[in-house]
This record gives sequence, C-alpha cells and structure tokens, in this order.
Amino acid sequence: MMKLTETIVPANSKRSALKRAMASFALLRESRIGMFGLFLVMSWVFIAVFASLIAPYDPLANFSPFLKPGASDSKGNIFWLGTDQIGRDILSRLIFGAQRVLIFAPLATFSAYIVGIVMGLLAGYRGGWWDIVLTRLGDVILSFPPIVLYIVIIGVVGATALNIVAAIILASGPGIMRIVRGLVLDIRTREYIAAAETRGESDFFIMFVEILPNARGPLIVDACIRLGFVTITIGILAFLGLGLPPPEPDWGGMVNEARVFALAFPHMTLFPCVAISSLVLGFNLLADGLREISLKD
Amino acid sequence: MLVFVSKRIGYMVFTMVAVSLLVFLLLEINVEGVAVGVLGPYSTDEQRNLWLEANGYFRPAYVRYFEWVGRFFTGDMGDSVRFHVPVSDILWERLWNTAILGFWAMAIIIPMSLVLGVLAGMKEGSPQDRALSLLCILTVSVPEFATATFFSAIFVFGLNWLPGISAMSDGFDWVQLILPVAVLVTYDFGYVARMTRASMAEVMTTAYIRTAFLKGLPYKIVISKHALRNALIAPFTVILLQFNWLLNGVIVVEFAFAYKGFGALLLEASLNDDIYLIEACSMVAVFVAVATQVIADIGYMYLNPRIRFE
Repeated sequence: MMKLTETIVPANSKRSALKRAMASFALLRESRIGMFGLFLVMSWVFIAVFASLIAPYDPLANFSPFLKPGASDSKGNIFWLGTDQIGRDILSRLIFGAQRVLIFAPLATFSAYIVGIVMGLLAGYRGGWWDIVLTRLGDVILSFPPIVLYIVIIGVVGATALNIVAAIILASGPGIMRIVRGLVLDIRTREYIAAAETRGESDFFIMFVEILPNARGPLIVDACIRLGFVTITIGILAFLGLGLPPPEPDWGGMVNEARVFALAFPHMTLFPCVAISSLVLGFNLLADGLREISLKD
Repeated sequence: MLVFVSKRIGYMVFTMVAVSLLVFLLLEINVEGVAVGVLGPYSTDEQRNLWLEANGYFRPAYVRYFEWVGRFFTGDMGDSVRFHVPVSDILWERLWNTAILGFWAMAIIIPMSLVLGVLAGMKEGSPQDRALSLLCILTVSVPEFATATFFSAIFVFGLNWLPGISAMSDGFDWVQLILPVAVLVTYDFGYVARMTRASMAEVMTTAYIRTAFLKGLPYKIVISKHALRNALIAPFTVILLQFNWLLNGVIVVEFAFAYKGFGALLLEASLNDDIYLIEACSMVAVFVAVATQVIADIGYMYLNPRIRFE
C-alpha cells in the first residue's frame, strides 16, 4: 500500500482544477513509460472520436470476403488490413470498434467506482453494522471467481449493454470497496477529521469532502489498472460469445466471429487482438507512471 | 491454533451457505425459467406447468432450497439438458481435465515467477528489476484470447509445429497441452512474479538483512539463508489465491483450443441455459476458490513465525 499524501486540499483552493491537472501532467512527463502509456490511450481516443473521418469504409458494408491485408477488390478498393469472412473492411471495423470499447470500459469502471466508493466510505467511516454487513457481503461476492460470476449472470439475464455493465459493477464493486475502506480507516484518524467532527459537519460532508479527496492518489492508480482489466473483461466476454450482439464492430466479438477461420486467415483475428492489447498496455503503463508520481510526492 | 482453524472453516461454511443462496435465487427462484431451460423454448405453457407440478416446483422456495442443498450433499445434481446425462457423470471428468491443465500451468508459473521475482527484488531499481516490471506489465496487458491468437498464428499457422486444437479426441496427448499451458503461463506468471519481487524488495530493506551484511556474511548466504525464507511467505498466499484468476484464463483457453475441461463446460452450460449444470459448476468453482483461500490463510499462519497461537 502506498503512502498517502499528507497535504490537505482546501475546498476553495486558489489553484484551479485545471492548474492542478497541468501540474500532474508536468510530473507525468518525467516518466517516459507513463507518457508512452498516455500516448497509446490518447491515440485510441483520437481514433474513436474521429472514427467516421478516419475509417476508409463503412464498418458494416460488405465487399469481397477473405481478402489478405493490402489486397484490393475488383473495383480497386484497397483493404489495408484485409476483409473478414463476410467481406467487411477490418481496418474500418477496428476504428469503429474503438468507440465501443472506449465508451463501455470507462462507463463500467466509473459506475463500479461510484458503488465501491459509497460502500467503502460507509463501511470505513460509519463502522459498526455498516462495516460488518458490507464487508461480509463483499467477501461473499469476492469468493466467486469473477469469470464464473460473469458467465452465470450474463447467461441468466442475457447479454445486453446494461447487463454487462451491471455484472461488472457487481463483480468489481466489492474489490474497490475494500481498498476505499482501508484508506478511510487510515484517514479517519487524522486531526482534520476530528476537527470537522467537532465543527459539527454532517457525515455526508466528512465522507465526501474531507475523506474522499484525500484518498484520491491510490484510487486514481487503481482505477487506471482496473480500467485495463475491465477492457480485458469486456473483450473476453465478447470472445466467449457473451458480449454485445453483432453486427456492430467489437474487438472481442471480431475475434469470436473469425476464430473458426483463424488457422487459414490469421489476419482476421490478429489485428483486433493487437488493438485491444495496445489499449490495455496503454492503461497499465499510464498506471505505472501515475504510481511513480504518487510515490514522489 | 485449533480456534483459528475452526474459525476459518466456520467462515468457509458461512460463505458457501451465502453463495448457495445466491446461486439458488439467481437460477431457481424464477420457476418458469427452470421449465424453459429443461423443456426448451418451444414447450407450451401447459407442458411447463405439468413438469413444474410433477417436480414439486410449486412448493415454497425455502423447502425447495433445503431439498436442493440436500441433494447436492448426496451427489445428485440433476440431469444435464445439454448432454442428456446426470451432471455428476460429466462434471468430475471435466474437472479432472482442467486439473491437469492447471497443474502444468502452475508447475511452470511457480518456479519461473519465484526465480524472476527474487532476482528482481534483490536489488530494487536495478536494470533487471526494471526489465521484469516492464515484462510483467506487457504480459498482463495482453488478454488470454489475444495470446492464444498470437501463439496460434506463430506456432500453428506460421511454423506448423503444434496442433491448433486440443480436443484430445484420440486420448491424452501432451503435445496438445503445450499451447494452452503456454497461454496460461504467459498471462499469469507476471502477477506472482511482481508479488514475489515486492516481498523480496521489502525484506531486503529490513534491519536483520542489514545486520547480516554488517556482520560480514557473504551476499549469497544473506540471500539464501536470511532473505529468501522470509520473502517467500507472501508469494505462497498469492499463488494459492491465483486460482480465481487462473480460472479466468482456463475458460478462455479451453474455449479457444476446444479443450474439454471444466471452464468450457460452464460456458457451454451457460450458453445453452442448462440450469442444473450451471448450478453444479458454479458451486464447485466457488467451493474450490473458498477452500484454497482457507488453506492459504492456515498455511500463511503456519509459515509466518510472527504469528503463533499458544
């Protein structure tokens, strides 16, 4: 567990949020690994935002199937990464697939964080029965191997976007709760918490204004790692056939659909795998850089 | 000691009860869903009601829950709709296949990650330490299905050295085991190695290691006699708790290489709404997970000389 920063952030800080972000960025620039991670992630964000401008073709349009990378069809259209089993341009599907993964992975991680933070704050700060009930509940959910939880839940309720996000919240919420709870137990012994209690601040104010901002360092690093992990999870689910239904482009789903042809046409599965790996690598390297910064403070 | 062990076992029983309730609520509380699962989506309402009546599904939920748990203890887990055989006929065989896969993966992961972790942790911040960190970040960033794809492209498509399918249809064949094990090792060794590294690095900063150096003991002796023993306590727990994460990879690998194991069985059950099979698989998976957790706790206490109950 990394050491918490002792600095207290006053609610009406003179330094604006933008300035603080700039300062963190300046620190991150010292970590070459972190910068490379940020570059990978931002590249995919750029590709996702401008997908319709970058993509050479419609990701759902059918051309000639099974074209090798760099081949062109009879009309002279060139397919830099080839086409899939029903003749869709793989490059365009990769580019549009970035949109989907960059919406769902952060959305699911962020929602899981909201649930985990609220549970962790309640368990850690309120203590007593809150702590016992929430911790036990978390232990029970954490005793499931996560993939079993996903397969059972999504198998039962069906693979829709909402269900996948809900399953991720259920499976990762307790883990986040544990981390937050540990941080809260440490922070609540500080003087500024006692001061706030003496001032007569409400529990809500203490939890969200006094404790939470001071726990942010380790949480940001963990969120970044978790984001990579959720991206992998969404990919795995799609690969196993439990992802969002076709035909919208989805990296894991592309591997799933093309895997029967992979031994003859490896390019159909190779490129989506490179895409997801590079994005997750970006998240993990960024997390590594952020961790270095948080150790320096 | 006895108190501690019985407490852990009590905790295990509590968890299993809670988990069984959860599984039951999720899969059996909606009796209509059970009937559809068993009779298929094209059955009529009348057929479903008859079947539910005949199998006692209109009794109160708590009665059914206790009966369900009771049947589990006698080994009767119902019939698989998908495979048309009793669940227990197929479950243990598949579990055994997965145990073989997991055993070989662990047999490589453990020595490999311990050696790498200790080498990196001996000197924090050294080039070998940085190299291992980067390697670990790289391997945990590539999902198992991507590793499987890359390995297949190289060793099956490119070099044509290994079979791309591990169905073992003509009996056990160790050549078919290579790629699945390689994928599991690639994804999972990084985590254990990083934990070992952290543990080793922490031990190297302690006072007793400094004392040993100041006494003039040779480097090798300090590492092997003083540091290693203490540094390997934490990885022991991590290795046992790997089960939950290994299962992640196992399911992907079994699906990718058509290996007939437990993970593939659970997935197939889920994709086919084979309710009794899903129940049995998830209960077995959680039981193994919780049992390893208890063993890890007890083992940790046994290994760590600072914890002793008199």
